[in-house]
Amino acid sequence: MKKVWVNEEWCLGCHLCEYNCAYANSGITDMVKALKGKKINPRIRIEESDSINFAVQCRHCDDPICVKSCISGALSQNDGLITIDQSKCVGCFTCVMACPYGCIMPSDDGPMQKCELCTKNGTEPLCVKGCPNNAIVFEER
Amino acid sequence: MNYVIIGNSTAAVGCIEGIRKVDTKGNITVISDEPHHTYGRPLISYMLLGKTDEEHMKYRPDDFYEKNNVKTILGKKAVKIDKESKSVEIDDGSVVEYDKLLVATGSRPFVPPMAGLDSVEKVFNFMTLDDAHSLEKAIDSDCKVLVIGAGLIGLKCVEGIVDKVKSVQVVDLANRILPSILDEKGSALVQSFLEKEKGIEFTLNDSVAEFKNNTATLKSGKTINFDVLVVAVGVRPNTELISEIGGDVQRGIVVTSKSETSLEDIYAAGDCTVSHNIATDEDQIIAILPNAYLQGEAAGVNMAGGDKSFDNPVPMNAIGFFDYHIITAGAYVGDTYVAGDGQNYKCLFTSDGVLKGFIVIGDVAKAGIYTALVRNKTPLSEVDFELIKDNPQLMAMAKSYRDEKLGGTL
Ligand SMILES: Cc1cc2nc3c(=O)[nH]c(=O)nc-3n(C[C@H](O)[C@H](O)[C@H](O)COP(=O)(O)OP(=O)(O)OC[C@H]3O[C@@H](n4cnc5c(N)ncnc54)[C@H](O)[C@@H]3O)c2cc1C
Ligand code: SF4
Ligand code: SF4
Repeated sequence: MKKVWVNEEWCLGCHLCEYNCAYANSGITDMVKALKGKKINPRIRIEESDSINFAVQCRHCDDPICVKSCISGALSQNDGLITIDQSKCVGCFTCVMACPYGCIMPSDDGPMQKCELCTKNGTEPLCVKGCPNNAIVFEER
Repeated sequence: MNYVIIGNSTAAVGCIEGIRKVDTKGNITVISDEPHHTYGRPLISYMLLGKTDEEHMKYRPDDFYEKNNVKTILGKKAVKIDKESKSVEIDDGSVVEYDKLLVATGSRPFVPPMAGLDSVEKVFNFMTLDDAHSLEKAIDSDCKVLVIGAGLIGLKCVEGIVDKVKSVQVVDLANRILPSILDEKGSALVQSFLEKEKGIEFTLNDSVAEFKNNTATLKSGKTINFDVLVVAVGVRPNTELISEIGGDVQRGIVVTSKSETSLEDIYAAGDCTVSHNIATDEDQIIAILPNAYLQGEAAGVNMAGGDKSFDNPVPMNAIGFFDYHIITAGAYVGDTYVAGDGQNYKCLFTSDGVLKGFIVIGDVAKAGIYTALVRNKTPLSEVDFELIKDNPQLMAMAKSYRDEKLGGTL
């Protein structure tokens, strides 16, 4: 399955992917309306230091410990893609306890959110499309 | 191949999904005395809280049994295993034959002998969907509730009902709340949160000497009047089906990392078993849902002829009250690193060069990065501990680890 991969030597730490993620998942077509004056809560997050930066989002693990730990069955694995049914999630944080990469977090409305590779947004991952340095790529490995 | 599973909860579902990874054809029969479609047991408190409902609590979709070609016998109890004829006897007198059997019977509430308990009209446990429905029917906004037990189940019950009733009192023999997952500081912090935010009254270091109708007299002499009583002092594993036929049981059913019991072709998984806690190197019952799934899954794969071990059980808990969250894992031994303020608290435990365990309260973001260090026994020499102790982050991991997990240069 195609996943998003980051090359930390190329990541500038510009945070554009975070904004594109917030936009892609906002359900609003106008990017300015989607983002202006809002504190974004993206599913991809930059970790940064003086020397390196890199973007992190759900690894769509082959052996997804979040899915196996979820107390409600809200998380599931379908053809490699790990998705969340937010209507089932009760916000218990068990998946936060379980995810080894820190890739699942509460949404602004309560239930958890995670990267679903823009499959629910009708696009290829927008974070990748907008990366100015090709530091993140969407490919099969 | 005939697979039979006793129980229809997390370990059973893990087993079904494990079997189907290897064998898409064999017959699977599930027997459970609970009459419901599989549901997330921990969700019963969230149902009372209004955060979910019976429809959304289904642990797997409606077509789960059909899709996995599973025959269900629900609302019936397995009363006996006959290991010679390889069959299970059910309480309606029928018999189901197996080639491979999973015992995933979980646990039942433990109700200690308490004088006068018979005189109490409204007494509830808090383990099942039916318990939750009965409790919900018994309470109203004028009702005073007494909960015996300040552990995980008792306090989740409290969270579920406190806004629907007049008052909640909690009594526990222990001198602090949630002693199985918190240290003293953590217990104190969460207790004061529950007292201040919701007016919950705790009476610790005390227990009931006698009930007389709707009054409990405690050992200390204190009396508490109540309308509804919830008993949540602990659980006992359902091990009898295995012990009766000579299988190895030490508190829970003894299993290997492949979920095999000491009896041929019989496997066990979940809350009815003892696991080997890799953080303490001791055998214990680890009664948490992820453990049940992972053990069940390993059982299923092995029952179907595959090969899967679940090698790294550790206790790990995520529990929260009214958006105040707690995540803990592992063992609380060794050197400590403590941080926090009045609202947030963190304690990391290191020993033998690894993170043995941790407690985080309040700010729990990315705590899974700590959990992974505990479960993988990652040598701290490979980790920038100074960095990670403040905030869980992948920046603190070895570059090779990041390259493997996140991408790196091709
Ligand atoms: C209120 C509450 C909150 C919880 N919260 C959490 C949480 O937040 N996180 C977490 O990780 N864990 C939590 N747990 C624990 C979690 O629910 C268990 O670890 C998990 O359900 C264990 O699954 P299991 O399949 O081993 O057994 P169980 O869920 O106990 O299921 C066993 C089933 O087998 C049936 N059965 C038993 N004997 C027989 C028989 N002879 N014949 C037929 N059927 C039989 C039982 O009726 C039951 O339906 C909570 C538990 C409770 C009660
Ligand atoms: S949320 Fe975490 S554990 Fe789950 S699939 Fe993604 S990276 Fe893996
Ligand atoms: S927070 Fe939601 S998605 Fe995560 S484990 Fe709990 S119910 Fe599942």
